Amino acid sequence: MPVNANILEMRSITKTFPGVKALSDVTLNVTRGEVHAICGENGAGKSTLMKVLSGVYPLGTYDGDIVFEDKTMSFHDIRDSEAHGIVIIHQELALSPHLSIAENIFLNNEQRGAFGLIDWNKTNSEAAKLLARVGLRENPTTKIKNIGVGKQQLVEIAKALSKRVKLLILDEPTAALNDEDSNHLLDLILHLKGQGITSIIISHKLNEIKKVSDSVTVIRDGKTIETISKAEVTEDRIIKDMVGRDLEHRYPDHTPHLGEEVLRVENWTAHHPQDSTRVMVDNVSLNVRAGEIVGIAGLMGAGRTEFAMSLFGRSYGSRITGKVFKNGKEIKIPNVSEAIRNGIAYATEDRKTYGLNLIEDIKRNVSMAALGKLSKYGLVDDNEEFKVANEYRKSMNIKAPTVLAKTGKLSGGNQQKVVLSKWIFSDPDVLILDEPTRGIDVGAKYEIYTIINRLAAEGKAIIVISSELPELLGICDRIYAISEGRITGELPIEKANPEALIKLMTMETPR
Amino acid sequence: MTDTKPASTETIGPPENRFTASLTHILADLGKNGIFLALIAVIILFSITTDGILLRPQNISNLIVQNGYILILAIGMVLVIVAGHIDLSVGSVAAFVGAVSGVFAVQMGLPWWLSIILSLLVGGVVGAWQGFWIAYVGIPAFIVTLAGMLIFRGLALVVLGNANIGSFPSEYRALGNGFLTDLLGAYQVDPVTMGIAVIAIIALVFQQIRTRRGRLQYAQAVEPLVWFIAKLALIVAGIGFFAYALATFKGIPITLIILAVLVMIYGVLTTKSVFGRHIYAIGGNRHAAELSGVKTRQVDFWIFVNMGFLAALAGLVFTARLNLAGPKAGEGFELEAISAAFIGGAAVQGGIGTIAGAIIGGLIIGVLNNGMSIMGIGIEWQQAVKGLVLLLAVAFDVFNKRRSGGR
Repeated sequence: MPVNANILEMRSITKTFPGVKALSDVTLNVTRGEVHAICGENGAGKSTLMKVLSGVYPLGTYDGDIVFEDKTMSFHDIRDSEAHGIVIIHQELALSPHLSIAENIFLNNEQRGAFGLIDWNKTNSEAAKLLARVGLRENPTTKIKNIGVGKQQLVEIAKALSKRVKLLILDEPTAALNDEDSNHLLDLILHLKGQGITSIIISHKLNEIKKVSDSVTVIRDGKTIETISKAEVTEDRIIKDMVGRDLEHRYPDHTPHLGEEVLRVENWTAHHPQDSTRVMVDNVSLNVRAGEIVGIAGLMGAGRTEFAMSLFGRSYGSRITGKVFKNGKEIKIPNVSEAIRNGIAYATEDRKTYGLNLIEDIKRNVSMAALGKLSKYGLVDDNEEFKVANEYRKSMNIKAPTVLAKTGKLSGGNQQKVVLSKWIFSDPDVLILDEPTRGIDVGAKYEIYTIINRLAAEGKAIIVISSELPELLGICDRIYAISEGRITGELPIEKANPEALIKLMTMETPR
Repeated sequence: MTDTKPASTETIGPPENRFTASLTHILADLGKNGIFLALIAVIILFSITTDGILLRPQNISNLIVQNGYILILAIGMVLVIVAGHIDLSVGSVAAFVGAVSGVFAVQMGLPWWLSIILSLLVGGVVGAWQGFWIAYVGIPAFIVTLAGMLIFRGLALVVLGNANIGSFPSEYRALGNGFLTDLLGAYQVDPVTMGIAVIAIIALVFQQIRTRRGRLQYAQAVEPLVWFIAKLALIVAGIGFFAYALATFKGIPITLIILAVLVMIYGVLTTKSVFGRHIYAIGGNRHAAELSGVKTRQVDFWIFVNMGFLAALAGLVFTARLNLAGPKAGEGFELEAISAAFIGGAAVQGGIGTIAGAIIGGLIIGVLNNGMSIMGIGIEWQQAVKGLVLLLAVAFDVFNKRRSGGR
C-alpha cells in the first residue's frame, strides 16, 4: 500500500538549454486520484516540465528527481514513462488519419494472434470496449479522418487507457474543441478520476480549470509560483500568479468614436466547396462602421469562418451569392488580391496553417500581403522592407532579436502580432480578425486587445470572430450571433450578456 | 553568394571585442556556404588525382561547355522545387525541342535565328501544357511531368522518324561549340576575354559595395569589413584565374555567355522581384500565400512555362554541341538537374533554394564527371559516386539544420 498520498513528486527540476534556463528548481506534487491543473503563460515552461516527466528529455539532461509511486524514476525515453503508466497527450494529436480508430488505439501495441499476425477480431472488440469507456459511439473501424477533432481527442484517451494509464497528462486538450466537445472531455476526465486515474491538465482556459481541477500549480518564467487548492482557486488569483502583477482590467478601455458605415453585406449565402447543395452561410446581412468593433459570436462550425473566408475573395465555398457595399458603393471581390485592393483584411484563426510562412523571417511575412508598396518595376526594395518590418517589430512589441528571426520560432502571441502587422501594413479599412487570441497567453492577449483598440481609434472598421464570450463582451461595441450559418440576433454591447448570446448561438431555426 | 547575414552578432549581450565578433561571423558564413567549400574541396581533390589536368585551360573550357545544358536546366528546376513541385520531363522536352529545331533549321531550311526563336516558343508551349494540368486542373507535378517524360520522348521519336537529324548551320552550332574570339585576331591571351572579365569584376565590386552601403544606411547588420574585403578579393581572384584560363585557350564559350546572362536574370528574379517572392511564399506555405493575395495558380503556371522555355534552351545547346538531334538526347538530364538543385541546398518540401546553390551543385556534379573521366574511372562507378554525393550532400544539409535548429 502506498504510504505517500502523492502519486508524483517532481523535486527541484532544473533544465537548461544552451543560453536559456527553461526550468529552475521547479517542484510539482500531484496527489493520487486528483485532477491537477498546470497554468502558465506560453513559454513559462509547462511543456518543458511535461517533457521532462514523460522522458522526452531523458535522465541526465536535467537536474532534480522524479518520484513516481514512491520510487525514483529514471526515464530514458517516452516508452519508459509509458511502461510505468504515465501517458501524455499532446496538443497536436498523434493519430494517423488514414488508419481506423482501432488501428490507432493499438498502434505499436498490436493485438496479436496466431503466428504473430494481427488478430483483427480482438483488436476491434478491445477497441470497442475502450471506446465505451470514453463514451465515444463510433465504429472502431471508422477512419480517423472521418471523425471530428473532439472525437479524435477521445480516441487519444482511449489509446492511453489501453496502455493501463495511471497518470494521464493532457496538454491543452480543449484548445481546438468547441464548447460541447470541451464539456464532454472535461466530464470524461472527472469520470476517469472516479476510476482512480490521476490527471494533469495544462490549460489556458481558467473557467475549465476551475471546473475540473482539485488543485492548480502556476508556473511563471520557469519557476513554481504556488499550488492552490480547489477551495482557494479564483480566476483573479491565477491570473495574478501567471503574469506576476494584478490585471485590474483584462480588457483595455475603449471608447468608440463611430463614423460612417464602411462595410455592408447583404444576403450573403455560400455553399460547401465540395457539396454545393449544403448551405454553410445562409443569407447573412451585417454592417460595420468606421471606428467600430463588431463581434461575431458563434460555436465552431456555425459558419463564422466560412462567412469571413467566403467574403474575403471567395477563399471558401461554392455558389456564393450576395452583395457587398464599401462606403456605400457596391464592390465585387472575386479573389483575395481584389479584397486586399478594396481595403479588406482577414487574419485567420489558424495562423500556422493559413497565416504565416513559418520557414521565412518576420520581415518577409510582414511584407507578404502588400509587396506592391515596397516595389518598383516588380523589384522589391530590401532595405525599405527591413525598415518597415523593424518599425512593426517595435510598435507591435514583437519579441524577437531582429526581423530576420524565423516566424516558426516565435511564441503564439508574437506570431499573431506578425500576422496583424502583415495586415495593418496592407492599409485596410476593414479588418476581420478570426479568433485573434486563440492559444495566446494572458499578457499577450491584453496587448492584442490594445492593438485592436488602437486600430479602431484610427477609424478602421473591425470584425472580431470569437468563441470566447468574455472576450467579445470585453472588447466589442456590438455583437452578432450566428448559428447554423444564420445571423440569429444582434445585440448592442449594453444589452449583451453571456446568457443572451449563448441562447442566440444555439438557436435552431427551421429551414 | 547571397548576402543575408545572420544578425546573431548583435544579439549577444555584452560588447565583445571585434576579433571574436569577426570570427563568429566568419564561421557562421562558412557554415552557410558549406556547399561552396565542398565545390572547392572537390576541385582540389581532382586537381591532385588528375595531376593538374582538371585545371588546364582546355579542360576548364570543356567543363563549362559539357555541363552548360545541365546548369540551364538546374536554374529552372530550382524555381520548380522552391514552389514545392518537381519536373521529371525536362530531358524529354529537351530532346523533343532539339528534334523540332532540327526540322526547322535543317529539314525546312529556316534561318538559324528563326529556328531558335520558334524552338524556344515550342518549349514555352510545352511548359504551358504541363502548367495547365498542374496549376489549373490540380494534378500533382510529379504525375503530370512523369506523363510528360513519356509523351515528349515519344513525340521526339515521331518528329525524328527513327533517324537522326544532323548538320546544323554554323551559327546554330555556335550555341554549343562557339567561342567569342578572333574578334581582334589571335593573341596568346585573348584580349576580349580579359576585357570582359575586367568589366565583370568592376561591376561585381561596385554592386557589392553599393549593397553594403545601402544596408549600412538602413542600420542593418553587415559583415566585418575585413571579411567583406577578403571575400571579395577571393572572388575577384577566382574570376581572374578562370578568365585567364579561358583566354589562353579559345576565349569565352558562347554557352558561358548564355549561362551568365541567365544567372543574372534569374538571380534578380529570385532575390529581388515580387514574382520571386511569390514563389518562395508558395513553397513556404501555399495556404498563407493564397490568403495574402498571391495568385498561386498563375505563379505555378508561369513557373512551368519558364521551365519549358529553359528545357528548350538546354535542348538547343545540347543539339548544337553534338550537331545532331537524336532519339537518345537528354536522357537522364532531369535527374542531374534535380540533383544539382538539391546538392545546392534546395529543400525537398519547397520554400528554400537559390540559383547560386543550384549552379554550384551542378558544377560539383560536372567536376565529378569530368575528374573521374580523366582518371579513367568507368561509367558504372561514376554513377554510384554521384548518387552517394547527392545523398551525403542532402544528409549534411539536414544535419546542419538540425544542429542550428536548437530544440
